[in-house]
Amino acid sequence: MIAMQTLTQRLANPTRFMQLSGQLLPWIAGLAGVLLAIGLVMAFTAPLDYQQGHAAKIMFVHVPSAWLAMAGYALVAASSFGLLVFRHPLADVSAKAAAPIGAAFTFLCLVTGSLWGKPMWGAFWVWDPRLTSVLILFFLYLGLVALRSSIEDEALAAKLTAVLALTGIVMLPVIKFSVEWNSLHQPASVMRLGAPTIHPSLLWPLLVMAVGMSALFAALHLKAMRNEILRRRVKALRTVEVEDAAGLAGQPAG
Amino acid sequence: MDLGPHAGFIWAAYGVVAVVLAALVTWLVLDGRRQQQLIDELEARGIRRRSQRSPSQ
Repeated sequence: MIAMQTLTQRLANPTRFMQLSGQLLPWIAGLAGVLLAIGLVMAFTAPLDYQQGHAAKIMFVHVPSAWLAMAGYALVAASSFGLLVFRHPLADVSAKAAAPIGAAFTFLCLVTGSLWGKPMWGAFWVWDPRLTSVLILFFLYLGLVALRSSIEDEALAAKLTAVLALTGIVMLPVIKFSVEWNSLHQPASVMRLGAPTIHPSLLWPLLVMAVGMSALFAALHLKAMRNEILRRRVKALRTVEVEDAAGLAGQPAG
Repeated sequence: MDLGPHAGFIWAAYGVVAVVLAALVTWLVLDGRRQQQLIDELEARGIRRRSQRSPSQ
């Protein structure tokens, strides 16, 4: 806990964060590329599922997208908590950076799920508790992005967006347990009490793809945070430029 | 590669993942370059953040 606190305190300085993230980013991105390449080979050479045949291959991109849709929202909520409670200087940068990336993974979860649902269930979409709750999560992400961009005062936008993000965290347990509410979805088969029920020949490609996509999410989030810090520096420099110009204009001639 | 009767759904799923992730990477790389370019232009005009200024400025 103390070590974690020290790390977050050390990263509170944006300049130090830029140095550290600049060193880490190529390694995380490279790891993501290697793992995704290995994961794709494993996915397309995995044995056929005895019930679904080749269609089960969609699982290798759908399930990691679903996990990251939820993990991304947990990151937005944790960062929002860090802003509202600890006023950590990078908390809002993290929340703002994670929201569009989380929305993209939620979109991928919905689209790949729909493409898996048609051949297996006979429909692209059903108003199933799991599908509906993930769709609400997608709209929640869009709401966070829209709310922030609709308020000009950045500090106020950050606080209001953080409050909405923390309120919306109720969706995570709803999504998690929605498979038990008369759902077409199967119950959890990997993240469950006891051993996974999925066969190792399909579990390993899934885990490699999940770690690879998680590394990609981390790299995208770091890059988006770096961009946001640069954007705030641009704004600060423009403010200095305007103030300097106003100061010079106010000085008496001669 | 023969992916059976549902090949279209499988390729479409992997295709949309590739397109969306490539778009995310492209957007972030271009945005980063744009922000750095703006900072370079402002600093080339002699504008510095207050924390980077010498006491005489």
